[in-house]
Formats: sequence, C-alpha cells, structure tokens
Amino acid sequence: MKENYLNISFPSLPDNVSLSRVIVASFAAQLDFTLNELEEIRVATSEAVSNCVIHAYPDHPGEVRLELKISDDTLMIKVIDEGCGIADLDLAKTPAYSSDPERMGLGLVFMESFMDEMTIESQPNQGTKVLMVKKPERSKNNSHDCQ
Amino acid sequence: MNLELKRNGRVLTVQVSGELDLSTSPTFRSRIEEELGNDQEIKHLILDLKETNFVDSSGLGAILGRYKSIAQRNGRLTAVNVPLHLQRLFELSGLLKVMTICSSLEEAQNID
Repeated sequence: MKENYLNISFPSLPDNVSLSRVIVASFAAQLDFTLNELEEIRVATSEAVSNCVIHAYPDHPGEVRLELKISDDTLMIKVIDEGCGIADLDLAKTPAYSSDPERMGLGLVFMESFMDEMTIESQPNQGTKVLMVKKPERSKNNSHDCQ
Repeated sequence: MNLELKRNGRVLTVQVSGELDLSTSPTFRSRIEEELGNDQEIKHLILDLKETNFVDSSGLGAILGRYKSIAQRNGRLTAVNVPLHLQRLFELSGLLKVMTICSSLEEAQNID
C-alpha cells in the first residue's frame, strides 16, 4: 500500500496553473490511474487553481497551497487559498454561472464530474479550501475482486 | 501554446498547438479577434486541434467567445482533428451545440 504526500505553495499567477497540473499528474501517476483518469485529474486541478487566480485573488496575486496525499490507493488533492471566499456556494456550483462572457462557468462542474469526491469549504473573506478525492478504477475493481 | 492562422477564402483556420488554459486563452482570443477585425470578409472559423494537448474551462470559454464573434457574421465554428479526451470535454460543456466536429480539414473547408 502506497503512502506519500507533497505540500507546496505558490503565488496565484496564471503561469502556475499549468505547473500545478504537471505536479499533480506526476504525483498521481504513482497510483494505477489510466491515461484518461490522469487527464481528468489534470482538468480538475486546472479548474481549482484557476479559480484561485480568478476569484480568490482578483486584484493581486495571493498564496495558493497545494496539498497532495496518497493513502490507501487513493489520491487526495487540497487546493487552499486565503482569498475573498465564496458567498453563495450553491450559486457558484450552478452550471454556466459566470459573470464573464469569455467564461463558461463549468469549473466546479468539471471538478465534481471528474473526481470521485469534491467538497468546498468557504466563507466570505476567509478563503476557500477545496478537497478532491479520486481512486483508480482498476484499484476499485481489484478490491471488489477480493471481497 | 502556439497558433498558426491561415486564411482560405472566407475561412480562417487556426492550428492550436499546446495547452489552452487560463494562461494562454487571452492570446488565443486576441490573435483571432485581431485577424477578424482586420478582415471583415472572414465568415467561418476552423480550429485544428491535432496538436492541442490540453483544454480546460478557460479554454472552452475562449472558444465560445470566438463562436460569438463568428456567429455575428452568420458564420460557423468547426473543429477538426479533435483528440478523444477533448471530444468528451466538448460534449460535457455543451459546446457541441454551437460547434461542429469534422473528421478532416477538407470536409470542414467545404462548409461554405
């Protein structure tokens, strides 16, 4: 059974979105994810970190903390900011909710669709903590075989 | 991300290489809008995604924005050489309601 973790912090700059994808995908590759699952993890990570850049710190870059953990064949990704927070989580989760015509408002939808679990803790002006969890399908099937 | 823009009649074909995300979508938007602004005769937009290895919702938003520009000219937005993982993303996002996927550039160029 693999156990591992990685914690890093970086400023909420657009260029760091692709960097975070690379880091998370490399870390996730320690588990038995398919290429398709790794692609889903890349998209979900991209959405979570992009939200920090766009929404958490809209005026100036702030700190984004990325906490990765592998435990019991499961990948856990935490994306934490200390930005402006989300006033209405239900509204934010509404597909196509976006105030910007260049955005589709699908970030949270993709995060929920592509990960096994996704939870958000947020309060206005107290930052946001996103937790995403995913287990390789092949590991799930193997554990079913053992039962 | 690297963009290669080619004009053929009333069709603008844009080859997108690399990643289309929050960092690169402003360039995608400005390069295409600049081309459209300089040439009012362009009616249709084809995105060649053969070398596109990543798109997220920021990239999808940038594509949707270009659809809005082309729709104002009563033109069509088409994507060709779409990798499988991007097809799924396009389906989930609803983008396929306004963007057609063609199997080849030749087929896409025959839309006018």
